[in-house]
Amino acid sequence: MSAQSNRPVEGSQPPLIYPPYRSGALRSPTRPLIALTGNFSDFGAPVYGYRAIGEADADLTRQHAGEPLGERIIVSGRVVDEDDRPVRQTLVELWQANAAGRYRHAVDDHPAPLDPNFTGAGRTITDDDGRYRFVTIKPGAYPWRNHPNAWRPAHIHFSLFGESFLSRLVTQMYFPGDPLFAFDPMFQSVRDESARQRLVSQLDLALTEPEWALGYRFDIVLRGRNSTPFEARA
Amino acid sequence: MNNETPRLATASQTVGPFFSFGLTTNTTLGRMAGPDTPGERIRLEIRVIDGAGAPVPDAVVELWHADPGGTFLFGRLGTDPAGACAFATVHPGQAAPDARDAAHVNLCLFMRGLLRHLYTRLYFAGDPSLETDAVLAAVPSDRRATLIARRAEAEPSTWRFDIHLQGDRETVYFDL
Repeated sequence: MSAQSNRPVEGSQPPLIYPPYRSGALRSPTRPLIALTGNFSDFGAPVYGYRAIGEADADLTRQHAGEPLGERIIVSGRVVDEDDRPVRQTLVELWQANAAGRYRHAVDDHPAPLDPNFTGAGRTITDDDGRYRFVTIKPGAYPWRNHPNAWRPAHIHFSLFGESFLSRLVTQMYFPGDPLFAFDPMFQSVRDESARQRLVSQLDLALTEPEWALGYRFDIVLRGRNSTPFEARA
Repeated sequence: MNNETPRLATASQTVGPFFSFGLTTNTTLGRMAGPDTPGERIRLEIRVIDGAGAPVPDAVVELWHADPGGTFLFGRLGTDPAGACAFATVHPGQAAPDARDAAHVNLCLFMRGLLRHLYTRLYFAGDPSLETDAVLAAVPSDRRATLIARRAEAEPSTWRFDIHLQGDRETVYFDL
């Protein structure tokens, strides 16, 4: 498997310029990236914040006096690199809208209610098998102004560091069977079907806690140390 | 989930406009050097500018660099309405006294509109090693200036670095 893992797969990463996603028009670089082989800088991952993580950081339903409204869910998965090695003790950060599709952010003017019991941000550290687990609320879909009648499918934002500067990843996790997928330029910017489907979490009864919360599995693969640059995969 | 494909990195998606309560609430990540960090204290003032010349008020700027002793330092801030953020850190110095590579800071940039993050690098004006640096040598000579921070005139410990996303002064970004 590792022999194959360095092979670039076209469309497995989004391109820098993808016209249907209009926000990129004035923000995507127009000149070719400068390809560098060899070490840019062989830094390990930052270790900030590890000690400061508390128990409620991974349980977004317990960060306030009361319980948030909406469907309680468990989101869990395994972080591995392209050589299938678990990425141990790495920081996983997530943020999301509440059940009504509203972010706790000054710029979000969607007329849906904020939930005083839900911030929507969490973080945790993977265990020695690369596993992480969050408890949260299923986020709602929400409108945006990319094109007329544009709506984002429900999603949770993830940020991961992995083991080096090259493994840095910010992505979004979606929910299975969302009817908005076909109309969402962000989801569609990943042109390879199998890569796109890997952004979709799977309902997992083994992660589900009976009479309490459904479990969704979202496994994440980070770039290996000597693997193909992203531009060749776009 | 297709389990038959080889392991391939999960696709990147944009950080979007609403990250601040999740990613950049911890402003101590702008103070990268602690009391025991060796090296010359500097302030790095960074601005992010879009293709229309307007400031980008919703970018995430990450700094990854080593202190002169080789210890890794990490900083992360969101830009303000003027497209700016400022890090208190140390001049990275050189990895070894005879190093041919110039002192530098690696940057990782995220924002709404970018489906993938951008990698770039900041060097310091006046460093004689700029002439021999291997990464700069890979950059066309007419674009190298986009990677070089300038010392602020009135404050010698402050360095300014403007990141242009497009246009005549478009910053060089790397495919790593």
